[in-house]
Amino acid sequence: MTREALITRLLDLAATQFARPREALFAEQDLFDALEIDSVDAMTLLTALESEFHVEIPDYEVQDVRTFAALADVIAKRV
Amino acid sequence: MRELLDDAQLTARLEGHTLLVTLHREPANEIGSSMLASLEALVPILRSGYVDGTQVRAMLTASSVRRGFSAGADLRELHRENQAAIERGESDAERTRAVRTFLDRVHAVMDALDDAPFPTVAAVHGVVFGGGLELMLTHDVVIADRTARFAFPELRLGLIPGFGGIPRLRRELGNAIVRDLLLTGRSLGAERAYHVGLVAQLVASGQAPAVARRTAEQFERFDGATARVAKRFMKPIPKDELAKEKGLFCHLFTSATVTNALARFDRSTEAMPYLPARPGPEE
Repeated sequence: MTREALITRLLDLAATQFARPREALFAEQDLFDALEIDSVDAMTLLTALESEFHVEIPDYEVQDVRTFAALADVIAKRV
Repeated sequence: MRELLDDAQLTARLEGHTLLVTLHREPANEIGSSMLASLEALVPILRSGYVDGTQVRAMLTASSVRRGFSAGADLRELHRENQAAIERGESDAERTRAVRTFLDRVHAVMDALDDAPFPTVAAVHGVVFGGGLELMLTHDVVIADRTARFAFPELRLGLIPGFGGIPRLRRELGNAIVRDLLLTGRSLGAERAYHVGLVAQLVASGQAPAVARRTAEQFERFDGATARVAKRFMKPIPKDELAKEKGLFCHLFTSATVTNALARFDRSTEAMPYLPARPGPEE
């Protein structure tokens, strides 16, 4: 999967999971601000990502991640 | 149906021969002195296997709190009590004694749950962290919904689990995954937890209590005495290791690392600060 394809899938998932307009989300956005989520929601997102991409993502790998693009790079290492 | 307990922490009722315990303390069923007192009220039933002459043949523990089964120990309460003890000028030995007294009470409840003379099932969802995971591990069968995440974040506080978590996790799982969970503090999703054998059944979001209720009904169909023998054979209580864990926790508790970490936790404005922190400026 290309990086672009992965980011697109990630943004689709985030929009669905947190009921946000898909067109309002883009790769370099701060995902906490864009999705208006807190750390509890971030845990929900982590579970959804693991299920969608069939990977396991340790929390400490996403701890410093701010943008969708950076999150996609973490997932890319494991798909 | 008989109401046994209904307070700010939990409800307990007997439905037929099944003891139904529902934790409902917001935000995430933290286990502090109040929750402990409510759980202690159940210990006579857990030890005798009877409620006013009615035999208990199954038990189900679940949470009605949205965030999950339980986030574990009430760290804010722990911090405030520890801070008050420091301000009173109590020595490390005195503070260790106080935490050991609390842990002795917690262990008495956990051991009673673990050794209950009837099969027990836990229905879990969302956050199952620290003491919440330790509580879950005392049950015979665990039904998890897909939102559940399991973690022992204690090392982030300079501690190890103190409610019996390490021996009971080792009883269930191989050492590789136990060390991974403990030494990284990371959380495990429900699906992986199911595949490594931490939970027995994986169900759709929101379905764990209903599936666990059916499981409890199945428990009731079998001879109680046989179930008791089978349970104690398959799931012996690791008493020596539990005592060692308690000792290590007490040894670590008075360190400055723990005092500072608890203070940081107490100051945090996050709803659940034991989760991986949102990125932000360093202190």
